Amino acid sequence: MSDKVYGLMAEFDSPGAVLRAAEQVRGAGYRRWDVFTPFPIHGLDQVMGYKNSLVGWVSLALGAGAFFSVVGLIWYANAYDNRFIVGGKPMFSPPMTFVPSYILMIMGAAFGALLGMLGINQLPRLHHPLLAKKRFDLVTRDKFIIVIGANDQKFCATETRKLLEAIGGANVEIVEDCE
Amino acid sequence: MSELANLEELKRHAPPADLRRAPVIEGNLGLGWLTDKLSAFAEGKVPLWWWIAFLPAAFAATVIFPVCLFYQVFTGVGVWGNNHPDMWGWDIVNFIWWVGVAHAGTLISAMLFLTRQHWRTTIGRMAEAMTVFAVAMAGLYPAIHVGRAWFDWFMFPIPNSNGMWPQFKSPLMWDVFAVNTYLMVSSLFWFMGMIPDFAVLRDRSTTRVRRVIFSFLAMGWTGSAWQWHNYEKAYVVLCGLCTLLVFTVSSIVGLDFCTAQIAGWHATIFPLYFVIGAVFCGFGMMLVLLTSLRKLCGLESFITRSHIDKVAKLTLVSGLLIDYIYLMEIFIAWYSGDPYERWVFGHRFFGHSYMVFGWMMIGINVCVTQLLWFKKVRSNLAWLFVIGVLINIGMWSERFVIVVGSLYQDFLPANWGVYHPTIWDVGLYVGTLGAFFMLYLLFVKFLPVIAISEVKGATPQGDPHHPLGGAKKGGHS
Repeated sequence: MSDKVYGLMAEFDSPGAVLRAAEQVRGAGYRRWDVFTPFPIHGLDQVMGYKNSLVGWVSLALGAGAFFSVVGLIWYANAYDNRFIVGGKPMFSPPMTFVPSYILMIMGAAFGALLGMLGINQLPRLHHPLLAKKRFDLVTRDKFIIVIGANDQKFCATETRKLLEAIGGANVEIVEDCE
Repeated sequence: MSELANLEELKRHAPPADLRRAPVIEGNLGLGWLTDKLSAFAEGKVPLWWWIAFLPAAFAATVIFPVCLFYQVFTGVGVWGNNHPDMWGWDIVNFIWWVGVAHAGTLISAMLFLTRQHWRTTIGRMAEAMTVFAVAMAGLYPAIHVGRAWFDWFMFPIPNSNGMWPQFKSPLMWDVFAVNTYLMVSSLFWFMGMIPDFAVLRDRSTTRVRRVIFSFLAMGWTGSAWQWHNYEKAYVVLCGLCTLLVFTVSSIVGLDFCTAQIAGWHATIFPLYFVIGAVFCGFGMMLVLLTSLRKLCGLESFITRSHIDKVAKLTLVSGLLIDYIYLMEIFIAWYSGDPYERWVFGHRFFGHSYMVFGWMMIGINVCVTQLLWFKKVRSNLAWLFVIGVLINIGMWSERFVIVVGSLYQDFLPANWGVYHPTIWDVGLYVGTLGAFFMLYLLFVKFLPVIAISEVKGATPQGDPHHPLGGAKKGGHS
């Protein structure tokens, strides 16, 4: 393991405490930091300053893409490449395409939601410096962890540690970068 | 007025104890305790009851199922009871039945999420698993019912040397897409919901094998605010999409019937009829699974009596809807003045040997369901288990009445015939039941059966604005 520092992590005991602490970290002017929680915390998005997630747009794009591709496919298959008269019906009419294209729109949009979520979160990622920390395992249990990255311009091993302790963080530890 | 005084004021106006909402978790002892309790079953030893249930299911799934399947595929549809004029028999009855079982799972999980019902967090995962496995069983039937299963690829729009394309004007074609989409989307939804819980099991794992498996499944989930932010958005989008599927898949199965000109099928009510019937049947299966697994897996604090009471009430609501549809169907058959319609409906209840199924449908789906009006019944788990089993039998009878009851005597008396299932029909059904329960038991034992992270978020300790969640003076500053 190299000596490079990934950041400093501090533990908190409750969602209320971590929310207040996050407000103070932001207030102190840090930009490269994150909060790790066992479940989504109401109000954290605003504190972190996140705008509406892009996942919805990815889903819409794939859903709409699937819808119109299937309309095109049906036109190509039944009205262009393989013309076959059934009950004197027209070769192509929009209503007949609706059901399959609607169903596959749902399929496309669902893949968009899952893959969009994974892509924007940069997953799958089978290794992460934080996952090597023993105490970090508690984040999926009952601890709430704030990590301030060493790549933050304001990061300073002593000052940042002081801040994390002042806002109530316990077990402040250095996270080593292993890349 | 200060925030503290505000809180006091709220407490003073709180409803009396017996009118308050039941808490989502009973005897809640904190987030760590929740994690321990909820992962305990997936991490513990395999209990005896599990083997007792698993072995017969696995026998049916790995012996009876493949034997019946391969014999039918190698020999032909003739091994079943299907024959002119009953070209659809148990295979289609069971197909609709399995699709039906699937529906309530999506309804419970997705629709109750969109309506922000916190009690769904404890039963949602079980419902989603039921959906995934039931759709897989359903999808099998049409695939082999076509007779030459090795030509199934004809149904997919693949460029081929025959120069042929599927005919998209046919609702049977729509079924292919509907069922496959349902299987894919419900699996995605189920899997995505489990990612944070795989991370829980990864971080708790004590052996290297478990750690490696759950690390792969969790895909590097760390639970950062950014990940949750995108995850929540994706989840709500998937819930919306799954809700659309609740209303489309069974409607399309219904369209298979109502576009045919057979008396008893050719009715505009069919898509809705099939959706409601599917949901009702699925709630029956949910009652069976919940009442039995809550005790067997030691989940009494999570799947509380209040949750089961709510599922029972939803069962009653869907039961009343299906009763209304039966009434309308019979009324329209009479009101249409069509002699064939009247004949078919008369014979569903007063003719030939199939009338027993007609009366089972009325006796169970209409009469037995009314028991759920009583709080005494809704709070008795044994009763609910029996009612759940009966609803599944009642809904199976309904599908038999619809499929066989309309086909065996059509417009021309010279065409009439009788339908009898063969041992291969029965065997395949037993095999799918076995496969379903085998998969379900594997899920219950090895995967997080309750959404751990969702449950934590639904507790007072998980709410940053609640005193137990660390809020100071009635709310965070």
